[in-house]
Formats: sequence, structure tokens, C-alpha cells
Amino acid sequence: MRTPLTLRILHSTPRAGWIALAVFAAITWIAVPVAHAVLAEAHPLHLSAYSVSLLGKILCYMVVAVAMDLIWGYAGILSLGHGLFFALGGYAFGMYLMRQIGRDGSYQSDLPDFMVFLDWKELPWYWAGSDSFLGTLLLVGAVPGLVAFAFGWFAFRSRIKGVYFSIITQALTYAAMLLFFRNETGFGGNNGFTDFKRILGYSITSPEMRATLFALSAALLMACLVLGRYLVTSRFGRVLAAIRDAESRVMFIGYNPLHYKLFMWTLSAVLCGLAGALYVPQVGIINPSEMSPANSIEIAVWVAVGGRGTLVGAVLGAGIVNLAKSWFTMSFPEYWPFFLGFLFIAVTLYLPDGVVGLWRRLRARPAAAPDAPPVPTVHRDARPVSAARSSAKDPAELPAVKGAEA
Amino acid sequence: MSVVTDFERSAMESEDQRENWSGNASTSHVVEPGALDLSHNVILYLEDITVSFDGFRALNQLSLAIDAGELRCIIGPNGAGKTTMMDVITGKTRPDSGKAFFGQTIDLTRLTEPQIAHAGIGRKFQKPTIFEQHTAFENLELAMKADKRVRRTLFAQLFDDDRDRIAAVLTQIRLDREADRPAGLLSHGQKQWLEIGMLLMQEPKLLLLDEPVAGMTDDETERTAELFVSLAGKHSLVVVEHDMAFVEALGGKVTVLCEGSVLAEGDLAEVQEDPRVIEVYLGR
Repeated sequence: MRTPLTLRILHSTPRAGWIALAVFAAITWIAVPVAHAVLAEAHPLHLSAYSVSLLGKILCYMVVAVAMDLIWGYAGILSLGHGLFFALGGYAFGMYLMRQIGRDGSYQSDLPDFMVFLDWKELPWYWAGSDSFLGTLLLVGAVPGLVAFAFGWFAFRSRIKGVYFSIITQALTYAAMLLFFRNETGFGGNNGFTDFKRILGYSITSPEMRATLFALSAALLMACLVLGRYLVTSRFGRVLAAIRDAESRVMFIGYNPLHYKLFMWTLSAVLCGLAGALYVPQVGIINPSEMSPANSIEIAVWVAVGGRGTLVGAVLGAGIVNLAKSWFTMSFPEYWPFFLGFLFIAVTLYLPDGVVGLWRRLRARPAAAPDAPPVPTVHRDARPVSAARSSAKDPAELPAVKGAEA
Repeated sequence: MSVVTDFERSAMESEDQRENWSGNASTSHVVEPGALDLSHNVILYLEDITVSFDGFRALNQLSLAIDAGELRCIIGPNGAGKTTMMDVITGKTRPDSGKAFFGQTIDLTRLTEPQIAHAGIGRKFQKPTIFEQHTAFENLELAMKADKRVRRTLFAQLFDDDRDRIAAVLTQIRLDREADRPAGLLSHGQKQWLEIGMLLMQEPKLLLLDEPVAGMTDDETERTAELFVSLAGKHSLVVVEHDMAFVEALGGKVTVLCEGSVLAEGDLAEVQEDPRVIEVYLGR
């Protein structure tokens, strides 16, 4: 009777989705690595190191966008602090990268350069085990996960919702940024970590390593999409959307929204952490500015532009905005923040369902022929007239009045 | 945290034993958390419940007992405390003082909303509260009695007998042809019914229904009355309603609330002749 889980995961993504993923895999696992690492630099199809790390960076952002969409688009919880979880994953992996430098740093010490500079004699206790690759892989998910769990536990238990929740997440990432800016915190202060040399002993700047990191980022994105698709099509996903639309009803039919929100929130943070860990070796630096509130707001903009509540939308949004950003910051660097703000306003006003919503509207238009059934759209705020009417009652209509007169 | 989950787990696990427990509980009186003890044939017992909001007494030493299988109507002028009473029973509002028991053993003032729902109390709100983005079918699926913890819901599957149950309730609430429509597109009366259907899917022992026929046509109201009468006996129902024709059609005992406490109780005819009731309504 019971269908195996693997089969249900396979079924949750439609056939077209699997085909798209296969094409995506062919490009990211074969075409791009070959174009970068195998073809000679003079070859017309050669991809430069710059392009590969830019694309790899965007793949990591896409993972973050999917994670954000799961919590915002489906659970209705707008986080303006997701950059924190991304940065924590990045820092956790960055610690390993710093240890891999070994004695090749400027001071030829066993300690990372910034610690020598601060005249520290030994590693702080929380750097213990940072030279272990497996331990680091664990930390990359566990650190953002635990921070998110602890924060979410208190926030959701106090039933903090809506804009209040968003503001607190914003404050959280800002506070963390200030903490990481301090040299005494032990994570390199405002310079953060950089000058990485190796992963597992292999050079981080070699074309093979770049291609591998790129392919891994693509694999993580695809895994997130398949997992996300399973989650949102499962009963769990329907409960999540139900909490977004009518939380009190969810409670009265016996679900505890706290546990649902907490699970999705924590999982979302873990995914961000994994993305951050792949991001850092590709861009070669992590510093506290990753935790700046503006970065987290940008994540929300990606999802809004693509269309929240659709996983594809999140991926598209992250791609479109970041490609636009890398073009803008090269051509008109000083105007990027204005353009970003304009984009957010324009999307909110004219494209409430983002690029995906626009696509759906364009496709639905020819189908709206006279004999075709109308495309159903549900307006969450619409209230039936009868509901408003029934609350206003004429005193003469009161039951006992009628009864008494009879 | 662990207390909550332990409770929920025992509530789920005791499901099968529940019949046995309620059978011999009168002799043993072992406190089995989550199991409903109906040994004295009283399903809901409120005693001296007082709730104040900023000095205003919404409920004033309210005492009320509902028998198992009973269909009780609650009427009363606006502000009499009807909705606050439901809030207390379902754990949304904590009383300042007084006792609220479900059966003999379950202290409602100590449980959270989901725990009370698991214990077997279903509530319909005054304004239909359904999941507008979900289809009617999905609304019922979510309400279905099941293990509602995250790790079960993540891997939950819809089996044939689940589908049959949902189909049966859809027929009962006359929404079988609307199963795949988003609930937000249903008519107001249909939304009311969908919410009643969601309660039925929970298989509650006690149903609290706040103005279930508000906004319904006469025809719909009549059919709702038939549905409720057919449910009484198997379930206990507490109906808050203004529509006197509907209350009459239900035919159960009537309780009149006024200023947060019980003013009168009895058959509809008796209550309507009570001079205090007439004064409360005409004096306004």
C-alpha cells in the first residue's frame, strides 16, 4: 500500500521538471567544466575563471533564493535576516580554509595570519576541530541551523508575526555583523577570511577545483529544488500554506504551527548555510559585510522579482537580479542601489507574482476565449459581501424579539 | 517542549484504547491523559468561569454543563459572552477563575489549542475560516483525523480509505462537485458547510458552532438543521445562533446568556416566555 519515499520524491517533480533538471545538469556538470578546465584558453568556447566563479556565485544565490521562498512564499514568513545564515555557513567553511593555508601565510605561522597580527599565541577553543573537513561539513549546516532553531523557537513561541518578525530578523543579522566586526570575536574582524590556498590539499585556484565547486553548487541547487518540490507538494507543504492563510484554523484542527514554522525555518537556514559554504571558496573571501541588512533585503528582492510561492520563480529571480547587478556594478556602479529599490517597488506594484506570474498571465490570455472556463484567481483579502452583511443586524430581527412578540 | 509532545503522543496512541478506557473509567478513574472520560455522562462542564478584558467582565461566573450526545443552542444578545465562552473552551482565552472540564478528567484551562483539538473538540468560527487557496478536498484532507506532528505529516500519504472518507463528507456537505475548486471561490453558504465538513473530518466528540447559518439561504439553513440533528447523539453539539427558526428546527435545549452568565435554560418555548428573557431583548 505505502509507496516508497524515493518513488514519491520522483513523482513530486513533474516530467517537464526532470527534463529541465537533466538539461541543467548536462550544462553545469559537463559543458561548463569542460569549457573551463579542458579547453585551452585560446579556444573560442573557453570560459574564463571570472565567468565560472561569477556563475558559481549566482548558483549559490539561487539556493538561498529557494530557501527563502520556502519560508516566505510558502509559509508566509518574511525573513530579512537570511544573509546571516548564509554568512554563518560561509564562516564555518572559511575556518577550514584558513587552517588549510597552513604555514603558507605571510607570517609562516600555524595560526591564521590575523591571529598572529593580534599577537594571539594559540587557537581559541571554538576553532577546535576546524582542520577536519568532515567536522567542517557538519558545522556548515549545524551552526546556521542551531542559530535559526534557537531564534525561531523564541520568536514563533511568542507568536511574533508579520512585519515585527521581519524587523527582528533584520536586527539579528545587524547585531551579528557588529559582533563579527570585532577583532576579539576571533573571526578576522572587518577583513574576515581571505587568501585561501587549498581544499583537501588541492589548490583552490586550479581550473579543476573551480569546475568541481561549480558543479557541486549546481548539484546543491538541483537537490534543493527536488527537496523543495517534495516539501511543497506534500501534506506538510499544504499545512505550511494553510498556516500562512489562516493560522487559527490550523491550530483548531490540531496542528501546532510552532513546530511547522520551526522546521521550515531551520531547514531554510541550513540550506543557506550550505550555499554559503560553497560560495566562500568560489569568491575567495568572507567578511562581516555579508551579514549587512542590505544583503538580506536583496535576497527578498530576488524572490519577489522571480515570483514567490514558485520554486522556479525564486531561481529565475536570483539569476535575473544578479546578472543585472554584475552588469550594473560594472557600468554604473553608483546607481545600483537606486535601481534595486526601483525594481522592488515596480515588482510590488505591477508584478505581484513576479516574472513567473507575468509568464502565466501571458500564457493564460489566449485560453480566455469565450467558451473556455475562466482562469481561477483567488484574492486572499477578498471577503464575501454576505459575511459583512451578516454581522450587522437589525434589532427587530433578533430572535427573542420575534419570539416574544409571537 | 517535551511535555507537549508527550501529551500529543499519548493522545495519539491512546486512540485505540479510548473506547475501553471510557468504559471502565467509572470504576478505576485512572487519569489517562487525552482519553475522554464520560462516566457521568457530562461531556463539557464549566463552573464559575470569569473572564475580564480591561475591567469589562465578558464572562461573569458562568456555569454550564452539556451532556454527552446533546444538541444545545446558546442564544443571547450581542456582547452576552457567547464567543468568549467558546474561546475559553478551545483554549484561545484563559479564564481569570473557574473550572472548565472536558469529560471528567481533561482540564481545558491547562491545554493549548492544538491539544484541545486532539482531545476531541472541534470549533467553527463565526466568520467562515477555511483555507481559501486550497481546494475543498485539500481543506478536508488537512482537517482529517491523523497524527498531526511534523515528522508524520512530512511523509503522510493519502490512502484509498482516506479518500473514501473525504468523499463521504464531501457528499454529506453537498460539495462533492466542488471538490477540486479553490475554497476561496465557493459561495458563502458553501464555505460555511466546508468548515462544518472540516470539523466532521476531525471526528470530534464535541462540536462548537458559532453562528453556523449566518449568510445562508433558507434552503441551506434548513439542510444544515437536518445535518446537525443527524449528528446529535453520535457527537455533542453546542450551537450559538441568532436565527430563531433555525434554533426551533434543531429542537434541543436552549441556554440564554446575558452579560456573561446564564439567564435561563430550557425548551425554546419555555425560554421565550420567561419574563427576564423578554426584558433583556426588548429592553435594549
